[in-house]
Amino acid sequence: MSVATFDQSRYRARRIRSRVILSLAWVATAIGLMFLGLILFTLVIRGFSAWSWALFAQDTPPPGSAGGLRNAIAGSLAMTLVGVAVGAPIGLMAGTYLAEYSRNSRLGQIVLFVNDILLSAPSIIIGLFIYQVMVARMHHFSAWAGSMALAILVIPVVVRTTVEMLKLVPNQLREAASALGTPKWKTITLVTYRAAVQGLLTGVLLAVARISGETAPLLFTALNNQFWNSDMNAPMASLPIVIFQFALSPYADWQHLAWGGALLITVAILGLNILARSLASWSSNNP
Amino acid sequence: MTPERAQAMQSSSTPDRSGIIPTAIAKPEAAAPTEKIAIRDLKFYYKKFLALKSVNLSLHDKRVTAFIGPSGCGKSTLLRCLNRMYDLYPEQRAEGEIVIDGQNILAPGVDLNLLRARIGMVFQKPTPFPMTIFDNIAFGIRLYESLPRSVLEDRVEQALTRAALWNEVKDKLQQSGLGLSGGQQQRLCIARAIAVKPEILLLDEPCSALDPISTQRVEELIEELKSDYCIVMVTHSMAQAARSSDFTAFMYLGELIEYNATEIVFQNPANRRTEDYITGRFG
Repeated sequence: MSVATFDQSRYRARRIRSRVILSLAWVATAIGLMFLGLILFTLVIRGFSAWSWALFAQDTPPPGSAGGLRNAIAGSLAMTLVGVAVGAPIGLMAGTYLAEYSRNSRLGQIVLFVNDILLSAPSIIIGLFIYQVMVARMHHFSAWAGSMALAILVIPVVVRTTVEMLKLVPNQLREAASALGTPKWKTITLVTYRAAVQGLLTGVLLAVARISGETAPLLFTALNNQFWNSDMNAPMASLPIVIFQFALSPYADWQHLAWGGALLITVAILGLNILARSLASWSSNNP
Repeated sequence: MTPERAQAMQSSSTPDRSGIIPTAIAKPEAAAPTEKIAIRDLKFYYKKFLALKSVNLSLHDKRVTAFIGPSGCGKSTLLRCLNRMYDLYPEQRAEGEIVIDGQNILAPGVDLNLLRARIGMVFQKPTPFPMTIFDNIAFGIRLYESLPRSVLEDRVEQALTRAALWNEVKDKLQQSGLGLSGGQQQRLCIARAIAVKPEILLLDEPCSALDPISTQRVEELIEELKSDYCIVMVTHSMAQAARSSDFTAFMYLGELIEYNATEIVFQNPANRRTEDYITGRFG
């Protein structure tokens, strides 16, 4: 068998084509990563210099005076917490219904489809919706309204992950529980949930990461607050809104604080994602 | 085959077979077995597909019955009818009668949880629950009995002892059941099944995921347990059926081809297809 028996030119053309495509893929990856790197680099350089004790200890200042982001950090934490506390149980229960009770049923497929639409709905629409049903009727902005907007964002994320995670639990485990005469609800709560617990937690963490950076739904609901506020029935500051406000302002000290807040959010979301990923990989190693 | 005929064929005094079944008579426990489960004209459907074609079978108490046959012949399907496991899947349904102690379990209105509490099942792959070894066993007991802790502990110990696992796990009852080896997990599942004191044990290829030593232990366990239970076992291993069972049912393409005392099925099968299968000509 000599090499000359096959068509050299065709082989060469194929190799060249392969190299061109591979180079294009490299370039595309590099461009994508370059922007991500630039954003992170700028954020760390400019944000980290704004980090100080005062950032966490003082409230948002008027332009020209010293201050921090304490009220915004607390507001974000409070509204995220309430949003998850309301949205996660609803999402878990709906996901359980879809994965355990309505598999293969038409209603289940429709609900799952609608859930996926909600998952990709622009968050500003959610904000407007809550504005209509809560803010407009209560005649004032409030942290409760903000929390509800965030809760609506949490639900589809948790539903999706719950369905996926429960589907990963082998049917044999459900059969083994049923074979002992276990009622279905006990099989789900005592066996299936336990087998999927890390995955379910991962879903909730991802939902927290998703909502902790949301700005639009809070703009119409919780609005903002220059001062410390622990009343959920009143407008409340949040990190994304304060960043939005301060970054657009002409004052250098406000812009500086906005950089600090932006870095804070990024680090928090990064941490949540790392936690979620390590939980997920831990669960796949410990079935 | 009608149940009457199946009954007649098992009887050691069937005249035309008297010369070839001395081993069946020689067994000490071969005193007339009592019927535990009567399957009559059982048909089973996966959606439109007919997986069992009118099966008639009589299963005996305190005996081990093995279902053998090539993959897809319906032996697991038949086993899963006995505790109505198929009910978990809406596209599966059964027709006919399965009478256990005079009650037709296929009739509407049968409480499936109570039924399954009377019938233990062990699966092909070990299925320990994601909880401690103790809780794995106590899980089934707690469903139907509320016992003081000390009594519960005794029951768990009894079940693990019966399943020949107690000595290996008595010092780590609070560790996860998932940390045990495959063979131990399977014995844990057997212990979990017998802890609720069922009357019938269904074993669906209980040894197919186990190494030879674990297989031997499980087979010894089956031998030891059959004095108390009606045991029905699906197996792909002809050697296992020959070793462990008293009766063997050979199935092929959804039909029960032959059912008789294990010795007869293996030494002098009545049907050509049975002979071909057990001698390895197909399957």
